[in-house]
Amino acid sequence: MLRFIVRRLLQLIPILLGLSVLLFAWLRALPGGPAQAALGERATPEDIARYNETFGLDQPVLVQYGKFLGRALQLDFGTSSRTGQAVTTEFLERFPGTLELTIFAMVFAIGIGIPLGYLAARRHGSWIDSSSVIGSLLGVAIPVFFLAYLLRLLFAVQLGWLPGSGRQDVRIDATHITNFFVLDGLMTREFDAAWDAVLHLVLPGIALGTIPLAIIVRITRASVLDVVNEDYVRTANAKGLATATVRRRHIIRNALLPVSTTIGLQTGLLLSGAVLTETVFAFGGVGSALRDAIANRDYALLQGFILILAVVYVLVNLLVDISYGLLDPRVRVR
Amino acid sequence: MTAALGSTRRDKIDELAARAGQVPAGGGGVSLARSAFRRLRRDPVAIIGAVIVVAFLLVAALAPWLAPRDPLEQALLSEVRQGSIPGSREGFPLGVDQLGRDVLSRLIYGSRQSLLIGVVSTVLGAVAGMALGVLAGAFGGWVDTVVMRFVDILLSIPGLLMAISISVLLGQNQYALMIAIAVTQVPVFARLLRGSMLSQRDSDYALAAKALGVKRSRIVLGHVLPNSLSPVIVQATLSLATAIIEAAALSFLGLGDPDISRPEWGAMLSSAQAVLSFAPMLAVYPALCIIVVALGFTLLGESLREALDPKFRR
Repeated sequence: MLRFIVRRLLQLIPILLGLSVLLFAWLRALPGGPAQAALGERATPEDIARYNETFGLDQPVLVQYGKFLGRALQLDFGTSSRTGQAVTTEFLERFPGTLELTIFAMVFAIGIGIPLGYLAARRHGSWIDSSSVIGSLLGVAIPVFFLAYLLRLLFAVQLGWLPGSGRQDVRIDATHITNFFVLDGLMTREFDAAWDAVLHLVLPGIALGTIPLAIIVRITRASVLDVVNEDYVRTANAKGLATATVRRRHIIRNALLPVSTTIGLQTGLLLSGAVLTETVFAFGGVGSALRDAIANRDYALLQGFILILAVVYVLVNLLVDISYGLLDPRVRVR
Repeated sequence: MTAALGSTRRDKIDELAARAGQVPAGGGGVSLARSAFRRLRRDPVAIIGAVIVVAFLLVAALAPWLAPRDPLEQALLSEVRQGSIPGSREGFPLGVDQLGRDVLSRLIYGSRQSLLIGVVSTVLGAVAGMALGVLAGAFGGWVDTVVMRFVDILLSIPGLLMAISISVLLGQNQYALMIAIAVTQVPVFARLLRGSMLSQRDSDYALAAKALGVKRSRIVLGHVLPNSLSPVIVQATLSLATAIIEAAALSFLGLGDPDISRPEWGAMLSSAQAVLSFAPMLAVYPALCIIVVALGFTLLGESLREALDPKFRR
């Protein structure tokens, strides 16, 4: 198992290096080049010349790349031209919100998706089955931001049941330690603040969780359908095991293997792909920052965030890989 | 169960490729294409998908004859007020948008641009991806390693982020939009075709051709490649749906085509957000079009997959 993990870690190195080359090239290829990108559009030619000198942009490309890589390894991605804050600080401030949102969305998607997918497979051909298939097709076809707007319009604006923007009511004077608002509320025993933060997660969480939900339902259904026809399930039934035991020990355990992969992959995608949902709900996480950066041509922030998010995505995938190796011994030998 | 093995996105693509690669070249004297087509014709899901797709293609092709008005004409601009937009009425079956333009005509014309973006970006992505895939699958060895490492790097960037970076780089026009979406599709096609070709390369007919002294380029291009295409065709159909949805997402982020002389569903949907509270239907109509078309391509793609999958072949 250790060898498996080490091998996977080693495979990461070329990918991460390649990523850094791509993003380095990206910033250089931008209209105006890296100096303009770092200083913003209002920079004067003198500013740009000074910047180029300070950061060695008059040196050969390879030297520049080396410096870029060195700074990236120290998590230094420059400062955001919009807020003037270090990109890394900005990221650390915003990532907890996105993480909270992702957790909520995945709990929603898994909590409904697995039972629904299981039920659909066991009642193969019934109305539950066909409606879950249709629902999961629809879930993938709806543009996420449109769904987010609909939810917000209906439940926040029209009915007023749930908050429709931000991470917490501004009137609540909450103490923030970790920037995980729910966790902060629990730690400081400001339970109303924690609850308010949870309520703020509901609508964006559901919007964000819809695609994973649709995919989890599909995979669970397909995988349960696969497993129930396996020989070992028939054997277990034939030797007279109780239905509940067969279900728990043979069907569910095996059927959930591919589902766990899907869950991991989707989590990675959500962490990086909440741009649309966060924008609709003005959520204030990583996604909203990306959207602002696009609108303001804040290239330093874009580059830093995209690089960090890609690394996060790669690492989550690695975790998925490793956990899969733990769950299924067959993977390790390959 | 083996079908469910494999963990990362990369492995998943490979596995799809391998499974489709098991398709025999011509089982029982019936060509794969013919037998697949025969099964598609009997599959209600495929028919629904095909009807949707063909209907929208027809609408796009016949837009100038179908649209009741000029999609750019601000016919009812004088009646648009802050907080109220004229709804359905004589001559304007779906009402007008915030600039007084006929919504139905814009939807009909919009199908052209939306389908065009979907098709062009998918074709671009598929061709580029297939070129990489053929390179890797045909040569193997270090070419394979280099190409696939590159593809893995592309795969390690989440699709939307990649599309955003490319759009930012290329600026805002319709070609940039198509290229941005196309690039996100490249790695999937490359891996898919490579995997599929690898599983075909050692097949009996390829060995037979080799034994007969057929040139390698001929074996690859004439035998292995055509037999490796079915997962690519399926993926292309499914990608059409994703491409149209992704175009809408980029539009929403302000990275769409800024040319207002070409109505497009994604742009219509994003501009409708501003008036959502009092004219929600302006967002609902283009969204419905996107959903229905995406659904059509997905249904068609899924039933194609089943039709081409040897597991379902009788």
